[in-house]
Amino acid sequence: MEALQQELKEKIIKILNLEDISVEDINDNDPLFGAGLGLDSIDALELIVMLDKDYGIKLVDPKEGKAIFESVATMAKYISEKRTK
Amino acid sequence: MIKQATYIKAYCSIQNNKIDLNGTSVFKTGECLFVDFAKAAYRNFELNYPKFFKMDNLSKLAFLAAELLLKNELETDRDIALLLSNKSSSLDTDIKFQESINNQENYFPSPAVFVYTLPNICMGEISIRHNLKSENTFFIFEEFNPGFMSNYTNVLLCTNRAEEVLCGWVEYYKDTYRAFLYIVTTTFGIPHDATTIQTLFNK
Repeated sequence: MEALQQELKEKIIKILNLEDISVEDINDNDPLFGAGLGLDSIDALELIVMLDKDYGIKLVDPKEGKAIFESVATMAKYISEKRTK
Repeated sequence: MIKQATYIKAYCSIQNNKIDLNGTSVFKTGECLFVDFAKAAYRNFELNYPKFFKMDNLSKLAFLAAELLLKNELETDRDIALLLSNKSSSLDTDIKFQESINNQENYFPSPAVFVYTLPNICMGEISIRHNLKSENTFFIFEEFNPGFMSNYTNVLLCTNRAEEVLCGWVEYYKDTYRAFLYIVTTTFGIPHDATTIQTLFNK
């Protein structure tokens, strides 16, 4: 799980162009949206595409996203349970 | 419409890894890609606006030029209209987006790229940054058209649609770029007419 969390932090920084943020700046349980990393709705859509492209997970119900994308830890847990690649 | 004199208050040009403000060089780098040049300029001017890195190259170019012209006007409720133009619209980003959906076996359209597949998005970025809720229009021309731009600007100012107009040319396609933005006002500056604009553009 720790390796997956590290991988997710690297992907989030790269895909969302978080130029001034390093992996060390993101704690596993930090909120990704709002007061945390300050991600927006377009970032959320990019994360949904990433789940599909990199882990073979199609998010059918967008409402699920709120809980899944709460933090790196919640993302890693969901991916490890649902991934098809 | 009451005709009145209008003036160019300030102007900014960006091309060939160099930024000039009011005719004076304020930043330049050696040979590099635009994306690296833009990042170096962002750092140099200490812009502190992380969303910059999410923008497409056309928006980064327009944003940088606008930032240098408006940085001292960050107070709210300025009625500054935006009037921009270029040749290639958002084609550079349109192509990037098209490439992400060409292959049905590898079909992952990027929402973050898609939102920049219109040229006027760069004006939205400027408006958000400077809290502008003003008139804005983006025109596509084969080449910079100072006669049209000066007429349109004068109409905006003389009909009280705006106190000032940030206008000009912002062109980006395949790492070839040029921004020439200027602020027109009714109070002071260089006399605003097509010939003067063309002269400043050609510098």
